[in-house]
Amino acid sequence: MLKPIYPNSQKLLLPLLAAVLLPLFVRSPLVAEDVHYQRQIKPLLIKHCNACHGPDRNGQENELRLDLREAALESAIEPGDSANSEMITRMLTDDAEERMPPLTVKTPPPSAEEVALLRRWIDEGAEFQEHWAWVSPKQIEPPEGDRWGQTPIDRFIRAGHVKHDLKPAPEADRRTLIRRLSFDLTGLPPTVEQVDAFLADGSPQAYQRLVDRLLASPHFGERMAMYWLDLVRYADTGGYHGDNERDHSPYRDYVIDAFNENYPFDRFVREQVAGDLLPRATQQQQIASGFNRLNMTTREGGAQPKEYMTIYAADRVRNTVSLFLALTFSCCQCHDHKYDPYTIRDFYSMAAFFADIEETVVGTQKPLVLLDQLQTQRVYDLDQAAHSATKLLEGESALWDAAQAKWEADVQRKVSAEDGNWQLVDDLQMKSDQGGAFKRLEDGSLLATSERAPIDTYTITLPVPAGGLSAIQLELLPEASLPQNGPGRAGNGNLVLSEVEVFRGEQQASIKEAVASHSQKNWDIAATIDGEPATGWAIRPRVGERISAYFELAEPIGSAESGPQKLTVRLRQLYGSGYLIGRLRVFTTVAEAPLAQVKPLLAHKPVYDALGIPPKDRSSKQNALLREHFRATSPETKSIRKLVAASTAEKKAIKQAARKVLVSMSAEPQVVRILPRGNWQDETGEIVQPAVPESLGSLELAPNERGTRLDLANWLIEEDNPLVARVFVNRLWKLLFGRGLVKSLGDFGSQGALPSHPELLDSLSVDFVQNGWDIKRLLRRIVLSKTYRQSSDTTDVSLARDPENTYFARQGRFRLDAEMIRDNALSVSELLVPKVGGKSVRPYQPVGYLAHLNFPPRTYKHDTGENQYRRGIYTFWQRSFLHPALALFDAPAREECTVERSQSNTPLQALLLLNDPSYVEAARVFATKILSEGGNGDRERLDYAFQQALARNIESSERQVLHDLLAKHRTHYRAHPQEAEEVLAVGLAKAPEELDAAELAAWTSVARTVLNLHETLTRN
Amino acid sequence: MTDQNSMFNALCRRTFLSRGALGLGAAALSTLAAPRPLHGATSELSESKGVINPLHFPPKAKRVIFLCQAGGPSHLETLDYKPKLTEMDGKPMPESYTKGQPIAQLQGNELRCFGPQRKFNRCGQSGQMISDVFPHLGKLADELCILNSVQTNQINHDPAHTFMNTGSQISGRPSMGSWVTYGLGAESEELPGFVVMTSVGGGPSQPIATRQWHSGFIPSRYQGVQFRSTGDPVLYVGRPRGVGAEEQQDVLDAVAELNQMRQQATGDPEIATRIAQYELAFRMHQSVPELTNIADEPQHILDLYGTRGGDGTYAANCLLARRLAERGVRFIHLYHRGWDHHGSVKKGVADTGRLVDQGTAALLSDLKQRDMLKDTLVIWGGEFGRTPMGQGNGRDHHIKGFSMWMAGGGVKPGITWGATDELGYQAVENIFHVHDLHATMLYLLGIDHERLTYLSQGRDYRLTDIRGNVVKDILA
Repeated sequence: MLKPIYPNSQKLLLPLLAAVLLPLFVRSPLVAEDVHYQRQIKPLLIKHCNACHGPDRNGQENELRLDLREAALESAIEPGDSANSEMITRMLTDDAEERMPPLTVKTPPPSAEEVALLRRWIDEGAEFQEHWAWVSPKQIEPPEGDRWGQTPIDRFIRAGHVKHDLKPAPEADRRTLIRRLSFDLTGLPPTVEQVDAFLADGSPQAYQRLVDRLLASPHFGERMAMYWLDLVRYADTGGYHGDNERDHSPYRDYVIDAFNENYPFDRFVREQVAGDLLPRATQQQQIASGFNRLNMTTREGGAQPKEYMTIYAADRVRNTVSLFLALTFSCCQCHDHKYDPYTIRDFYSMAAFFADIEETVVGTQKPLVLLDQLQTQRVYDLDQAAHSATKLLEGESALWDAAQAKWEADVQRKVSAEDGNWQLVDDLQMKSDQGGAFKRLEDGSLLATSERAPIDTYTITLPVPAGGLSAIQLELLPEASLPQNGPGRAGNGNLVLSEVEVFRGEQQASIKEAVASHSQKNWDIAATIDGEPATGWAIRPRVGERISAYFELAEPIGSAESGPQKLTVRLRQLYGSGYLIGRLRVFTTVAEAPLAQVKPLLAHKPVYDALGIPPKDRSSKQNALLREHFRATSPETKSIRKLVAASTAEKKAIKQAARKVLVSMSAEPQVVRILPRGNWQDETGEIVQPAVPESLGSLELAPNERGTRLDLANWLIEEDNPLVARVFVNRLWKLLFGRGLVKSLGDFGSQGALPSHPELLDSLSVDFVQNGWDIKRLLRRIVLSKTYRQSSDTTDVSLARDPENTYFARQGRFRLDAEMIRDNALSVSELLVPKVGGKSVRPYQPVGYLAHLNFPPRTYKHDTGENQYRRGIYTFWQRSFLHPALALFDAPAREECTVERSQSNTPLQALLLLNDPSYVEAARVFATKILSEGGNGDRERLDYAFQQALARNIESSERQVLHDLLAKHRTHYRAHPQEAEEVLAVGLAKAPEELDAAELAAWTSVARTVLNLHETLTRN
Repeated sequence: MTDQNSMFNALCRRTFLSRGALGLGAAALSTLAAPRPLHGATSELSESKGVINPLHFPPKAKRVIFLCQAGGPSHLETLDYKPKLTEMDGKPMPESYTKGQPIAQLQGNELRCFGPQRKFNRCGQSGQMISDVFPHLGKLADELCILNSVQTNQINHDPAHTFMNTGSQISGRPSMGSWVTYGLGAESEELPGFVVMTSVGGGPSQPIATRQWHSGFIPSRYQGVQFRSTGDPVLYVGRPRGVGAEEQQDVLDAVAELNQMRQQATGDPEIATRIAQYELAFRMHQSVPELTNIADEPQHILDLYGTRGGDGTYAANCLLARRLAERGVRFIHLYHRGWDHHGSVKKGVADTGRLVDQGTAALLSDLKQRDMLKDTLVIWGGEFGRTPMGQGNGRDHHIKGFSMWMAGGGVKPGITWGATDELGYQAVENIFHVHDLHATMLYLLGIDHERLTYLSQGRDYRLTDIRGNVVKDILA
């Protein structure tokens, strides 16, 4: 009997790995002819019983578990005797009270066939089999092969053919093989020369040599990365809200390099999950750890950090688990898994591994600046130089001290002259619109005393000063009776002054400029004179301080003799919630250009405050401030300051030009709790420590030792981890056949598909691990098999017998991925710039495509020069508005881990391939190529076009279709040279002058046709 | 294979035009001249072209026009009349309301009541309370089913839209338009089943992402197709420069012919789909410009909407929505992005209201005069509402109670359903959750929301997740 793999209670811990040691699993579940638990019984139990008798403890309505053998045998099942099994009798009873499943459930009751199947299973002994994926794979001897294929892969596959009465397809022709292999291993089509060389190579090693050449190509890494980046949700932007750019491209390049250099998969995993935690982590390893930073992030104002911390944590858990374990873990964010042995506790324990990652929860992420060795040295030297100069600037110097004393005396003279200019107005009246009262204090200030209104307008009346005035100063003063000592009346001591208006008599006097000793960020003093009541001036965080605002009139008001004698100042305070002025004084001046004198003082207010104090009364802080200010501004120190500035500027320039990347940096871990129902506001849940899912095992840690991401990585790549190798091998298989050995690439749980060839999957996985997780070796084994080399052509019989190609009696045939469709067009036209790596690039994109983005609004500028013609993998990945050429061909936005892209076939794809300038330009350049290199005459050139685009010979019927098109368009464009010129003008690439425009335009139509063919878009 | 072969034979040279002369193609081409009358013509039988076939219930609505007021309109200045809040203006918000509740930008601030900033009027025979922000809509009060007790789960724009559109804040789920077209299929032969249009004005334009109309894990052909106001109305629907209509058609014909030859050689059934999609692309070359060219609209209709069209305004989009509805588009989703009034809510709602009111009202009366309102479900509302507490002279995001309305398509007209408490904070009577909105909408379309599912990651997913009730009290 098999032991259930997960415990009934917390005490009965039975890690899977222990269960695995039982020598029970060298078996082939598909061979058994008895009723099969996994395939036949478990789905029935899940359908009819699981909701109340399954693993989700929250949903549990009673004690009975029907997913665990021991529990089920206690009361519900009598092995070998279905007639006396409670489960069956309850299903058959007429008593509505007793009936199971209850008549109230929505699912239709079990059918007679289903009950019969359950009975047969019980009568045969009611064996529960362990779910295949929870058990470590074992190497299994492949069945005897026949003449068809002798590699272990072929022998396993052949056995499936035999069992299902299928005949393998013949080997594909060489042209198909080289095109298929080139796409599968490099994502690019073969060139005509490569096809010819392969056809001409008569040696038995020709195919193997081709495979080795492709595996060694620098484009191999790009092709593999294309898929890996879907899995890890790589993108160039944050995804949420403003979807702003983030620096990630060095991570993408790391992935490409890692595949090209054939990093063993275990190293690849370790560096990504925990590269930063490796001893003496290299820059590459740090970059790899950027893996943990690929999740979507927000900068939205008003987003709650705590909520987003939870969102990011859950995202990382989902991604790690989908990527490496192919488990549907997201259920466990809110509750225990309904079908698989995973709990909400597992989810948050997993999240705790990532709780050490430093990040800006809401806001702009800080990247690591990547410098090479030379740059690092230069930055070091610049730092040294700046440091020495700064030390000099701060050091003792009698010379500078003397200069400073002279400067202080000069400034003091100026400041006192300035102070003398401002006259306190002590004969003013102030009234509140809302009936508020003010108390006049000894220093001439007014203090608000009555209950405040939400909004108010203070009207100050004063006589025009005898000498007239050019500016008014409002001095806001702190006071103990105000909240936070004021000077505002809001609970936080703040205020908002929306508008200031000055009237002489009835006539409004316009204010030219306003300055203040301090303005709150985004609440500048200028808002008080902008005529817009919705904006205003505020003072946080400088509450509790004296703050002055100065208003210079556009026209100074002359002496009191002429014009009205009354001056009115209205202080409109319309923000609401009592953001009002608490205490103020008013000054006026007649000085000419009064603000010109005030402004430098305001810029360095603490300095001037210190200067106002006699030297002996200054604090040491103030003395230091004065010295610092003097040395930072005096001509005496200028040359040395220039040196510091130059060093700083150069350093900044180096860093700005350098590439940047988000990486993992470990800090004190955040506390992680279980969040009941996934509710981030619920703090009642238990605090959890990092742990792997309990049913899959545990980490070996010392007591009180906290598990790290490195521990997690090491656990993932343990030799007997039942999932990681299988999951990865299955996905590689899918890349090479269009279908996995397990169809559900993302779900190895009990709701997922069973493997079509479990022994083959296990053998490949074990072999992969035992041979050092060697990816190229594994791929090589598969593509050398006869199974891989079969033709993909279908016959009515093969389609009828195995419509989904579950048993691989033919190769798969599928549309190229979005990036490859672009790469193919660029490659066929030879526009492609095959440079590997670098910052992301921007191909042509319809104008206004990003119009719905904001904060800030985006304008898209397509690249010019070589970056216009780079491979699709380098296209700037804007999550919220993915480039249409990617999005329309099913590339995911990469908001979540995508294990498998959908394969749609839509009219929008047709429109794109027909009309997108990238494809029109590629077609035209392809046409140029056909004319210049395709030989002589239409016939030869049409042959060449097919060779170049499809790696095959054109059929005469096909040639006829294209020739008719060519002839017609040749006539048309000769008659309409203007249209021909327009066709030639699409795109940045210039058409050669020497070619006849009409001829080239007509051939462009042919090339467009070829690039739009289903076959062109298909790997077969 | 005979069926397929005969189909390919029909697709002989001059594929599109020759087909255009007979059968289906002829019907398709005739609609290019005049929209096919969809309403009234189909029988009561619950057939559909989608996966739900037959329909679970006799459908009341055949299509949905969702007028998304993005940014979160203040219910307190539009549809939810709260005199008590006027009395409480400036006073502290009682803590009993706000304790432990999520708060967006007002985090850490003193919370004070902010009285409603607009005047409300009794409108229509039904006497529903609607503010002066919507003078045109007020006249149609008797058509509206005002929902004053809506609740959602998400307080920030991006996740709140995702929640409103997909029933979950986790990205990657299909949007409601995708669900509906997946369930019911498209009625139109030459237009996509799910169309999205956007406009701006009146307040800050929050960004909006394609995930809002994405098909998530269901096949991508159910994705919303965005109609744009600048450049090509549908991406790449315009021919390349220098390529005339006939030349383009020559290329399409050659592609079809070569694809057909290849199909015969390889037996690949996917090629048949490819041929059909190129044919649809060909038809879109004509049907889309025809749709967006409103030259055939009489002046009184343009006046009704208050647009001259073609300018990407909300009013112009409302007119296009009607044209799309006439042509059998299943789900038409408009976004107007100008309702995020953190400041100056008084002026803001009036400004945005001015851009939205007339077009919305015109759409309702235009549908009605064409006898299409009865089977077109119109839904109006934002991703959330706004706080009764002031944020300066504006209001912050609010999810515990806000307002939307529905009209036509089997909804009871002239009623107000549900209510918030006297300060407009919490929905207290007949709470109408976003899940209920989805369930009710699907019901009106003839679908049981618990039975429109898609298997992903081992689980049958629904638009309503595990919740949602059909609110039968508001059904006509």
